[in-house]
Amino acid sequence: MAYSDKVLDHYENPRNVGTLDKNDPNVGTGMVGAPACGDVMKLMIKVNDSGIIEDAKFKTYGCGSAIASSSLVTEWLKGRTIDEAYAIKNSEIAEELALPPVKIHCSVLAEDAIKAAVADIKAKQAAKVEA
Amino acid sequence: MQNAQTNYFQLFALPKQFEIDVQSLEVNFRKIQSASHPDRFVSAMADERLQSMQTSTTANEAYRTLKNPATRAKYLLELQGINAISDTNTAMPMDFLMQQMEWREQLEDAKVTKDIPALESLASELQAEYKSIQADLAELFDAKKDYPSATDATRKLIFIDKVYADIHQAIEQLE
Repeated sequence: MAYSDKVLDHYENPRNVGTLDKNDPNVGTGMVGAPACGDVMKLMIKVNDSGIIEDAKFKTYGCGSAIASSSLVTEWLKGRTIDEAYAIKNSEIAEELALPPVKIHCSVLAEDAIKAAVADIKAKQAAKVEA
Repeated sequence: MQNAQTNYFQLFALPKQFEIDVQSLEVNFRKIQSASHPDRFVSAMADERLQSMQTSTTANEAYRTLKNPATRAKYLLELQGINAISDTNTAMPMDFLMQQMEWREQLEDAKVTKDIPALESLASELQAEYKSIQADLAELFDAKKDYPSATDATRKLIFIDKVYADIHQAIEQLE
């Protein structure tokens, strides 16, 4: 199966690979996995006090499409609010990368990673307010 | 002759459960394979030949599915109407995914440094984890019939099965 140019570009030059300090109260971590293909995706976002994502890093073990999907969303996330981030749909990711039907699940993984990271940061913020 | 309703367990005269008698599986598989061997149907009618070929293909698929504990667990869930590897279910326990990530990193590192002993030690670590989940599955499926928990454990087993296969592939490539 041929990868699109955009997938290849992200696969060969992945953006924002790495990790942020998971103990930082402004950092949210999302981890998801797909047993069907064995992919694991970790997405970390750093949010400022106005709720805007300042930085995003990812680490993904999986196929080219899974890596490209997570690389792409780290680019998209920077500068967005966490609510805007939460609204990102897998179909937007799949469309941008021209993913074939058999690789749509890679974009699902990326969407779910964002949602998990946002849920994590919200839980941290709630804990901070209570404390 | 089996019909469409026959499940893989019935095909090999095994009880529909996670813990199976692997020897019975082997013996019954060989029986079906030799009875449907193409050599026996050289002079048979075309439809008989086709039928025997289909039996043989189904038996192969059934055998492979039941022999591997991960695919056997996944198949048992399918019989309950549960898709363990649904694309829309990506939630897994965080510590398990962390562990996956670590294993993947160790695998990549060992591949780069061509460190076969490291790969072998990783393989045995995974095997221990595999066995432990297998024991859990026997209890969840056969004793408790707790299919939601069995689904979670099956998802883990499928993950580990994949890393394990990748480690062995790496070892083969280095040897």
